[in-house]
Order: sequence, then C-alpha cells, then structure tokens
Amino acid sequence: MFRRATATTISTLAALALTSCTLATESSDEKAERTGSTSDRVVLVTHESFALPKKLEKQFEQDTGLTLDVRPSGDAGALTNKLVLTQDNPIGDVAFGVDNTFASRALDADVFAKYDARLPAGADAYALDEGSDRLAPVDQASVCVNVDTAWYQEHDQAPPKTLDDLADPAYKDQLVVPGAPTSSPGMAFLLATIAQYGEDGWQDYWSRLMANGAKLTSGWNDAYFVDFTGGAEKGTRPIVVSYDTSPAFTVDKKTGRSTTAALLDTCFRQVEYAGVLENAKNPEGAQKVVDFLLSDEVQAALPDSMYVFPVADGVVLPKDWERFAVTPDQPYAVDPAAIAEHRQDWLTEWTDVTSR
Amino acid sequence: MTGAVAPVTAGHPTARRLLALLGLAAGPVAVLCVFFVLPVAGMLAEGFWPDGTFDPQGVLEVLARPRVHRVLWFTLWSAAAGTVLTVLLGVPAAHVLYRLRFPGSRVLRAMLLMPFVLPTVVVGVAFRQVLGAGGPLASLGLDGTPAAIIAALVFFNLAVVVRTVGTAWEGLDPRPAQAAAALGASPRQVFLTATLPALRGAIVSAASVVFLFCATAFGVVLVLGGLRYATVETEIYLLTTQLLDLQAAAALSLLQLVVVTVLLYGAARTRARTAAVARRRTRARRPGRTDVPAVLVTLVALLLVAVPIVTLVVGSLQVGDGWGLDNYRALDTTGTDQVVLVPVTEALGNSLRIAVDATWMSVGLGLLVSVVVTRRSHSTAERRVRGGLDGFFMLPLGVSAVTLGFGFLITLDQPPLDFRDSPLLVPVAQALVALPLVVRTLAPVLAGIDDRQRQAATSLGASPLRALVTVDLALLRTPLLAAAGFAFAVSLGEFGATSFLARDDRPTVPVVIFKLLGHPGSQNYAMALAASVVLAAATATVMFVVERLRVPGVGGF
Repeated sequence: MFRRATATTISTLAALALTSCTLATESSDEKAERTGSTSDRVVLVTHESFALPKKLEKQFEQDTGLTLDVRPSGDAGALTNKLVLTQDNPIGDVAFGVDNTFASRALDADVFAKYDARLPAGADAYALDEGSDRLAPVDQASVCVNVDTAWYQEHDQAPPKTLDDLADPAYKDQLVVPGAPTSSPGMAFLLATIAQYGEDGWQDYWSRLMANGAKLTSGWNDAYFVDFTGGAEKGTRPIVVSYDTSPAFTVDKKTGRSTTAALLDTCFRQVEYAGVLENAKNPEGAQKVVDFLLSDEVQAALPDSMYVFPVADGVVLPKDWERFAVTPDQPYAVDPAAIAEHRQDWLTEWTDVTSR
Repeated sequence: MTGAVAPVTAGHPTARRLLALLGLAAGPVAVLCVFFVLPVAGMLAEGFWPDGTFDPQGVLEVLARPRVHRVLWFTLWSAAAGTVLTVLLGVPAAHVLYRLRFPGSRVLRAMLLMPFVLPTVVVGVAFRQVLGAGGPLASLGLDGTPAAIIAALVFFNLAVVVRTVGTAWEGLDPRPAQAAAALGASPRQVFLTATLPALRGAIVSAASVVFLFCATAFGVVLVLGGLRYATVETEIYLLTTQLLDLQAAAALSLLQLVVVTVLLYGAARTRARTAAVARRRTRARRPGRTDVPAVLVTLVALLLVAVPIVTLVVGSLQVGDGWGLDNYRALDTTGTDQVVLVPVTEALGNSLRIAVDATWMSVGLGLLVSVVVTRRSHSTAERRVRGGLDGFFMLPLGVSAVTLGFGFLITLDQPPLDFRDSPLLVPVAQALVALPLVVRTLAPVLAGIDDRQRQAATSLGASPLRALVTVDLALLRTPLLAAAGFAFAVSLGEFGATSFLARDDRPTVPVVIFKLLGHPGSQNYAMALAASVVLAAATATVMFVVERLRVPGVGGF
C-alpha cells in the first residue's frame, strides 16, 4: 500500500508538472511577439470597452509591418490613473480612451508626448482647447436622459423633456440614475447638472431630484437592465440616464420603431482621445496607431464596435443609428481643467446631498 | 513576517529544525514576496511618499475622517454578520451533505459550489431582480438594504463552510460521539461535547476565510449597496481608480492590513487550542429523526442558493416574449454587433486553461505551506515562526485587488522582475487568492494527524520524505481534491484581479460577461445570463467529476 501511495503521488506530481508545461508556456510565436524587438511591436493601452473588428487590426499590421498588442486597463478612470502612475515606464506605447473628464489629469502629469496628428475633416470641433497637440479626438457620444416612450404611450402621459421636468412631481419615482462616483455616465450626468445650474446651484437641484424619488444605482448596467422599464423589460422606472446612442438598440422588430428616446436637452458630451505616451519604447509605431484610429475605416467601424459616434464628418452610420441615434446640437460642457480641479469636492458634495 | 527567529547556532538541533523549516518555506515565501509584498508595499509607498517626500501626516489625517470611520464600521459589522450567518447555515448543511447518505447528495454538494464562481456583477443583478421593485420578493422591501448585501455574502460563501467543515466531518472518528451517546448523552450534548470540539479547527478556519471574503467583497457590495453603503474595499477602489487619492487609499489599505492581521492572530489562537483529532473513514448513514433540524436548515441554505440561480436560468431562457435556447446558441458568436472580441465558447477555453494553471500553483504552494505550518514545534521560537508564516499566507485575501493590481504595474516593471506582460500573471494572481483557501482546507487535516503515525513510519525505517508521502499525503487525498476544487472554482470566477491583468485577446468568461452586461440590447443581457449559467454549470460538473474520482477505502486509512 505504501508503494502504491508513493506511485500515485509521483504520477500526480508528474501530471501536474506536465500540464503546467502545456498550459502556462506560450507558443513560440507569442513569445516572439512579446519579447521581440520593440521596433516591430506596438502596445495600445485602452479601456475595457475597446473593440475593433479583427479584420481592421490585421490590415493595420499588414500595412505597417507592426504587431499590434491591445491591453485593456479598466474603465476610463482606472486607465488614466494607471497611465499617471506608470508615466516613467509606461505600460504601452500609445493610449486610447482617456476622455474629456480625465484629460486634464493625464496632461498635467505629462503622460502624453507631443504628436500633431492630422485630424479628419470635422474632428477639429472635438479637439481640446489645451493639449490638442498631444491628444487627438477619436470618438464621441453623449450621456443623455433616456425615456421609455412605449411606457408613456401605455400610461397616457407625456414624457419629460428637460432637467427641470425630472424634479416635477408628475414624474415622481420614475427616474433611475447611475451614481457619479461609481459610473462614468453617472459622472457625466452630474456634470450636465453642474453646467445647467452652476457650481452653487446643482446641489439644490439634486436635493429636489432625490425628494422626487430618484433612485441611485452603482453602475449603468444595473440602472438600465434592472430598474429601467425599457432595458430588460422588467423594471419599474421609465426614465434612465444612458447614452444618445441607446435608442438604436431598443428597436421593436414588429413596428420597426425604437421604444425609447434620448432627451437631447439633457446631454453631456464625452469625447475620447488617443495619444502617444511619453517614454514610449516605440514612438513611431505609436504615432501610426493614432493615425490608424483616425483613418476612415476605423471611424466607420466605431458605431458597430464601440457604440460611439465617429469624430470624422461624412461617415455612413448603421441604418438604426441614422433613424434613432440622434446627436444633441448643444450638449452641456464643463471646462476639463475645472473638472480636474473640483472632481473630488463635487463627488463628496454629491454623496452628501444624495445620502441625506 | 519571520521576525521572531531566536539566535541560532549551527548544529544545535533546534537551529537545524528551524533551518529546515525555513528552507521548506523559502519557495512559497519568495513567491508571496514578489507577487504580494512588493506590489502592495509599492502602492503604500506612493501614499506615504507623495511627490517623493515622506509625509505620514497626510495618511494619518485620512484616518481621522468621519467617513472613514463609517466605512470601517460598516465593513466590520456586515462581514461579521455575513460570517456568523454563513457558519450557522453551513455547519448543519455540512452534516447533512457529508455525513448522511441519500440519493443526490453528491449533486447537491457540487451545486453548492456554483455561487462561488458566478461573477459578482451577475449575482448582484440577479439579487436585485428578485428583491427589487417588480421582483417576486419585492414585498420584503430588502432592495438596497444591508440585509440584501449580507444575504448575497452568505450566498457566495456558503460553499466555503460546507466544504471545509464537511470534509473534516466526513473523516472524523465517530467513536467518541458513539461512546457519549452510549453513556446517555442527548444528541445535542453529543454534538456540543464530542463533535463540535473536534470540528472547531475546521470551523474557525472556514469562518476566518469567509470573514476575509466578506470584508473584501467588492462587486456585490457595489451593486447591492447602491451608493449608500460603502466598504473599505469599495472605497479603496474609488480612491485609486477614480480620484487618484493615493494617500487616502494607502491609509485604508493599511487599515485593512491591520484589521486582517488582528483577525488572523485571533483565529490562530483559537485554532491552537484544538487537540489532534483521530481520523478514520466512516460510512455515511441514513438520515434519522434526530437529523430533522439539520435537514431543515440545509433546505433553507439550498433555497438561498437556488433562488438567484433559478432567476438567472429563467432569464437566460427568455427569448423575446417566449422561451428558447437562442441565447445559448448565440454563445459561440460575438454578440449583437460584436460586443465582445471573443465568443464565450473561446473564453471558456481560456478560463479552463488558466484555471488549471492557477490550481496547480495554489495547491503546490498550499501543500508546502500547510506542511510547514502544521508540523509540531519543538521550541517557542519555532512555534512563533510557524504561526507567523501561517498568517502571512492568509494576507492576500485581506488586501484589495485594486491595490494589488495597481501595485503589479508599478513594481513588477524592471528586470529581473519584469512580469507586467507575462501570461503567467493572471494564474499567479488567482493562485494567490486561492492559496489561503487551500491552506485552510489542508492545514486542519494535517494538524489533526497524530504525530505518532509519522513516528511509527520513521521507526519502521521510512525516510522523512517517505513518511510524509505515506502518512500525510495518504490522509490528505480527499482534502487535496477539495482544495483543488476550490482553487479551480476561485480561478474560474475571479474577476477583480483578472480584469486588471487579462489580455484583450484572451479574456476569461467573467471578463466577457462583464462586457456583455455593459452594453444595451436585451440579447446581450440574456447572453450574459446564459454565459453565467454555463460557467456555473461547468464548475459544478468539474466538481462533480472530481468528487467521483476518489476511491473510498484506498489509501492509508
């Protein structure tokens, strides 16, 4: 029996050792990709929502002779902070996904190197006032209040139109909002209210919202899929903070019409930027990636891949988008430098007001 | 960590023993130093040395903030409540599922492990669909209350108690209990005087792991607590990823470390008083009348586990207004408009491969650690070193995944420790999370082995290694399988660290599910549910097969 136990143990250990070899080691290709000379490899650091068709990435690799390595690094906030912390030895060569609410922090920390990319026609409108020589706008989408139009039809009520309407007792207990500290659309919505009611007036507006029965969730998916009536068809609240593109995803197959709509007077625009990282190992390759993100092909692929609008003019949008995803003409805006300066104070105040 | 080493002189037997002990521990300690101590110290340093100058004042000021006190208090009491409830439900369930013989007990055991791997985001959503407005239990009014958070904590951690205590109970010598009963003790007296003391090591072990899991729970607190209830863990996440307030984050990380250390010290003291327990294989018996209360508690536990899972299954089968398997068929696609780069089927392959790696790493390290910490100590110094090591290897559970993830980035970036790009980083990180669980499963059993068995083997001429193999490992067969199962499940379900480290072209299933949930379109949502069900089912199947593998009666019993 002793011998048998020993044999079992040894064979188990051997098996473990073997499996470890097969699973843990990378194929020689990948090894080469990872450790290969830096001049033929370029690392794109981005947020977890990044997605592009494989075909386009392959095409880029063929055209440039570079190997493109994409590293998702959390949401826009986590991405920005990682870039700031690793400024002297960056985790990649080029970054995409820092947005207008985080741009100042990254620029202040000298995360991005100078690169004057040639912007496609129309993209200038989205460039930063300060730092446009380092960050190039790639896409944009606006955070807007969405309403379940089908629900309002059923209930014979006119849906709200403005931020003020949301505090109207007629819409009591109808709104669900992802929280500003935990969700990027939640933060954008807070900024919209700050732009509308001023740095000293938004607190009062939020008190009124809360008094009118607004519900807070931690994340967007929770608000949209659990509480919103138009998401997974189970919620009880017909008003939600989401995006201007969301109505394109709630098209009823029978009627061909969207069952939700975005309120265009309640929007805050988020623009996402790309830039070459300071201290990058492969700055030339990084510049090529920025150009790639601004190319016609990638701009055209953005709606389907990432649910955002391209910054370039004249890009053909998907059919449902043409009809149901309407961009606001005059979204609210807050100066990026003011956001960087006040973010923590605003969030603290917001937490106080909403948990009172 | 190994601070309390007494002055040693070569050749002295105590010193030799200590050296041997440290030699054995060197491997695991080195791994932990590189992948845990260094990254966490790196992040703490960022907080203590803002702009390069040492400024402990800033960190201390954070600790005086009233919000920090509120957060700490909520963390402690919710985790304590979660732990107590989990133990109260888990111990009777362990008795029913491991000591009683009835059809389907194995399937139930495997199923109890399902929650363990479900991504917290999905469970959060499932709980809210049950408890929230419009859900079947909306009338309880639990949505957004601490009760919902605690229920979810119990849901996640029940398996830890049931499996840890169950495996210890299964191998428990029934004769003391039988003797007590024969002497006229009531079933309650038998349990309190004979069984419970023998199980105390396992229960304390399980409870301390559960407490750590509860205290560092992240996603589920965020989803269910809304924004009203913050824990130290969620606060660190916000401070680090959104506000870049590293001083405050360092303060809270330090607080976390202190609380965890105190807790581990207390747990170790309690365990130390547990006597060695004779182990033998006993046949499970049929349920009797005295088992009714335990069976009732087990039913409650099963219900708690079943309701959210059933909600997920129902949601995954909904197609438009009707029912069907469309969402499952869609799993080998990339979702509406290619939400995800990699279909769920491919991600499942990634998950399984990574899980195998994480399993052998954590079981290998865990076995070494368990042997080191449970050997009988011959001196005070030796006992202190062993105790210190024991606590040291539990620490990764008590520290925020965010701190660790960010720490990896800023400390493991220079040769010879240039691991930031290594594909091994994901399994290593998961193995660290699983390691304490492995140790806590194996150590109580090893500690319970009568040292005289080893002495007998040695006196029969066995070398120390052979004695280890024939005595310890033979007895460890079942707990080893349980530990491997745990490690496997932890790896499959791990999201926090993985989402930081997994590469885009090789995501794991939880990462893909999170992506699916992040986009509008009800099919993406249903696909996320279907993927969760598949993940849970895959885990339960693996567990079931692993349990079937063990051959009763073979081995050193």
